[in-house]
Amino acid sequence: MNQLPVFVRKEFHHILRDPWTMMMLLALPILMLVLFGFAITTEVKNAHIAIYDPSNDEATRAISARLGVSEYFSVVAELRTPEEIDSIFRYGDVSMVVVFSDGFYGNLVRTGDAQVLLVADGTDPNTASTLVNYATVIIASYQQELTPLGAVPFRIHSEVKLLYNPHMTGAYNFVPGVMGMVLMLICAMMTSISIAREKEKGTMEILLVSPMKPIIIILAKSIPYFVLSVVNLATILIMSVFLLHVPIAGSLPALVVVSLVFIFVSLALGLLISSAVETQVVALLISGMALMMPVILLSGMMFPVENMPQPLQWLSRILPASWYITAVRKIMIKGLGLVSVLKELSVLVGMALALIVVSLKRFRIRLE
Amino acid sequence: MLRFLVEKEFKQMMRNGFLPRLIIMFPLISLLVFPLAADFEIKGIHLVAVDNDHSAYSRRLVDKVVSSGWFTLTKVEGAYDDAIRLVELGKADIILELPPHFERDLVREGTAAVMISADTVNGTKGGLGSAYLSGIIADFANEIRGELITGTQDPAVPTYAIIPRYRYNPHLKYPISMVPALMVMVLSMLAGFLPALNIVAEKESGTIEQMNVTPVRKFDFILSKLIPYWCAGFISLSICFIVARVFYGLLPAGNLATIYVFATVFVLAMSGFGLVISNYASSMQQAMFMMFFFVITFILMSGLYTPIAGMPGWAQMLSNFSPLKYFIRVMRLVYLKGSGFSDLSASFAALSGFAVFFNTWAVISYRKSA
Amino acid sequence: MSVITAENLTKRFGHFVAVDSVSFQVGPGEIFGFLGANGAGKTTAMRMLCGLSKPSGGKGTVAGFDIERKPEKVKASIGYMSQKFALYEDLTVRENIRLYAGIYGVPGKLIGPRTDALLRRLGFQKEKDTFVKALPLGWKQKLAFSVAIFHDPKVVFLDEPTGGVDPAARRQFWELIYEAAHGGITVFVTTHYMDEAEYCDRVSIMVDGKIEALDSPQNLKARFGSESMDQVFRQLARKAMREVD
Repeated sequence: MNQLPVFVRKEFHHILRDPWTMMMLLALPILMLVLFGFAITTEVKNAHIAIYDPSNDEATRAISARLGVSEYFSVVAELRTPEEIDSIFRYGDVSMVVVFSDGFYGNLVRTGDAQVLLVADGTDPNTASTLVNYATVIIASYQQELTPLGAVPFRIHSEVKLLYNPHMTGAYNFVPGVMGMVLMLICAMMTSISIAREKEKGTMEILLVSPMKPIIIILAKSIPYFVLSVVNLATILIMSVFLLHVPIAGSLPALVVVSLVFIFVSLALGLLISSAVETQVVALLISGMALMMPVILLSGMMFPVENMPQPLQWLSRILPASWYITAVRKIMIKGLGLVSVLKELSVLVGMALALIVVSLKRFRIRLE
Repeated sequence: MLRFLVEKEFKQMMRNGFLPRLIIMFPLISLLVFPLAADFEIKGIHLVAVDNDHSAYSRRLVDKVVSSGWFTLTKVEGAYDDAIRLVELGKADIILELPPHFERDLVREGTAAVMISADTVNGTKGGLGSAYLSGIIADFANEIRGELITGTQDPAVPTYAIIPRYRYNPHLKYPISMVPALMVMVLSMLAGFLPALNIVAEKESGTIEQMNVTPVRKFDFILSKLIPYWCAGFISLSICFIVARVFYGLLPAGNLATIYVFATVFVLAMSGFGLVISNYASSMQQAMFMMFFFVITFILMSGLYTPIAGMPGWAQMLSNFSPLKYFIRVMRLVYLKGSGFSDLSASFAALSGFAVFFNTWAVISYRKSA
Repeated sequence: MSVITAENLTKRFGHFVAVDSVSFQVGPGEIFGFLGANGAGKTTAMRMLCGLSKPSGGKGTVAGFDIERKPEKVKASIGYMSQKFALYEDLTVRENIRLYAGIYGVPGKLIGPRTDALLRRLGFQKEKDTFVKALPLGWKQKLAFSVAIFHDPKVVFLDEPTGGVDPAARRQFWELIYEAAHGGITVFVTTHYMDEAEYCDRVSIMVDGKIEALDSPQNLKARFGSESMDQVFRQLARKAMREVD
């Protein structure tokens, strides 16, 4: 067993002597966190809107004021003619135009057919419907205020409690996803490329013919990336807590346990890929495109899985990353313990075992 | 001389096997699968109702909530703790808790309180869910009021209608926005990744040294590498257009030729970028990683999934360095809003600038002698 | 009129002096062997002459062009074959020939007939549409050489051209070299196979970046009282300081 440390050292040398790749590997999670934590958001803040108000009475002014004051909107233009609506969409930078009907207040109290039209730019449906919804809530609440409190009997008061993420920061949703993506990328991609490279250069055959058992070769290849992943995991957690202010609500040991299992799964996946390919290019393309794309799309990292059609939901369940991300959300954001993620944990352990067994078998076949 | 080089490049590309398939399959799959998955819309919020009153009113309220269409009822639990358990497990998104004596309080005292607990891990979902629920509850109160105060139909409460209208996409079909942006993504992956891999592959196999010893000019060498990827880019783009038309019924509101012109400049810029990276990378691994790093940043910062307007100031400034940002904007404007070339001249200038910059850098940094 | 001249040619990598002030001249049609152990500096010296690497000091000319000031003109006048026989594996024999012929400016009309003549001489007619990756090593080697001289350069540089090939194939290869030299092409070849030194007109032996001996094989053997070039080399190499990789 003296062979293992020698071989592991060689692997570390390979990695450490390639400073560019190392830098990328360590910088990648930082980059992802910064992007997802600060730049990417589906939340809407200060969306540019314009208002067309032919009535200009106390109700419309009050509503406009409320919209302007809201953190979701920023009123950038007040239009004078209906024709300007068209041009401001095409040339301007607004996502929505609020259009009041004529004689708003008068119609409001007398005939009850006043209207607010929310014209949103449908080219980005996500933003459009979010903006419309928020605006609707603000405008509708004004409606309630028009009638003084005492004058209206039979009110129901709703007390709203926002669980886990009271400030509704997008980062809470994304950080677990970033963890899943980065760990999977590093372990699976790097391991598969490293082994494929040995195959290509022909040094793999030398190893296989040597007295080294296949399991030792595999272990030696995996250990450096395991270490790197743990470093990355620590980096991500530290950055999440201190930079993004996403606390670890649950138990840290539980989080570490789940993460370690996921790292094993990813390493095993890398092994499997490398046992199936002959060249680095294909290893890269498979783990890069064939693996990353589904993970980003279907794991629940960015897009909610429950919205997807059934076949895609099944696909999502095949991805280890989906289970991991769910588990991380439960522990980190919802503050639950190891017990609540038993299902996810057992699925991941099962996947790890299955993948390792299959990869080992394939490597042994090559030896024979 | 260039003729021979280009001939060789095309032959190699066609013989690769994997590459031609990628050029055709990648756009197909991206455009067909992506829009299905990339849907941020909030639908089917899972509601748990904890009804401690079991009165006619409480049951009516729950029914009303369900019939709104926004929510699906997961269960009617006995106690709050059971409900929270469901939220923890991810089986429910929002809890509506009705206290005991709900009906009695409402009728006798004139006010009653309910509690809404929303899972805000997904902030938008939680926020909107609780907003809708509040709205439905307020509506319910109006109904009750109308019944109990006979002869009136909400007299003292002025109302107005809030009507949404969606320009350019009246039925708010999600793919419509995604597809033009996806075309850009496909194009940038193909034009960005592949040229980079190509030169590094020649480095690793040693054929590049053979080239360096010949009188081939740097300019010709680089050009011969770019031309096949341009063609590949066009083929992919055309496949995208066909898929968009056939599967999504999406026809460009503007001029297709405009898109092709912009695509040319864009592919030029992206492949130039890929070439620069490959000049500096000495192994496949390095090249791929550098590309991945930059392309992922470009894609995320370019307004493909999330609007640039929603980003903080520094991020918006950074996004100006992403060629994708300009092309996505152009795509959406031409496809969906029918903008003409003059509307887009600023973007054209930006993209051309990128193309010139990257390709010049690629030619200069390519070293024939060390 | 020398085809290759080197005057105190030097190459430094930081503090390490790979090639230490070497000087020599090679005449037309000569087969010049550049010998030495691995790491002695042969390949580095050759790369300077080919315009692949800039000299740190000294001067050199190839085919009358200064290697530092006019590397591109040098490249147009030479042929080159590397250790890896770097042909494109995914192109056929004919396509590889066509590519390099075109690059070196062989007129289009001449490529076809010349290719056919070459294939006949090598006995490769049946393989003309075979992918290079399918060829056995010895054939790749012959093909690489032929491609290197296809455009009738004044000089052809061969960097360890016979690595990994069996002795019979090596002998056949040297026959090709003789043919080329007979036709007036100067052959500059580096090798660490000492028996190949016997095939050269003149030989230089590099040790630790310096030329320790430069003469015809017969004269060297006489001078060192050896029966083979191998023995000559051993005597010189005992002085070597550099570790063989």
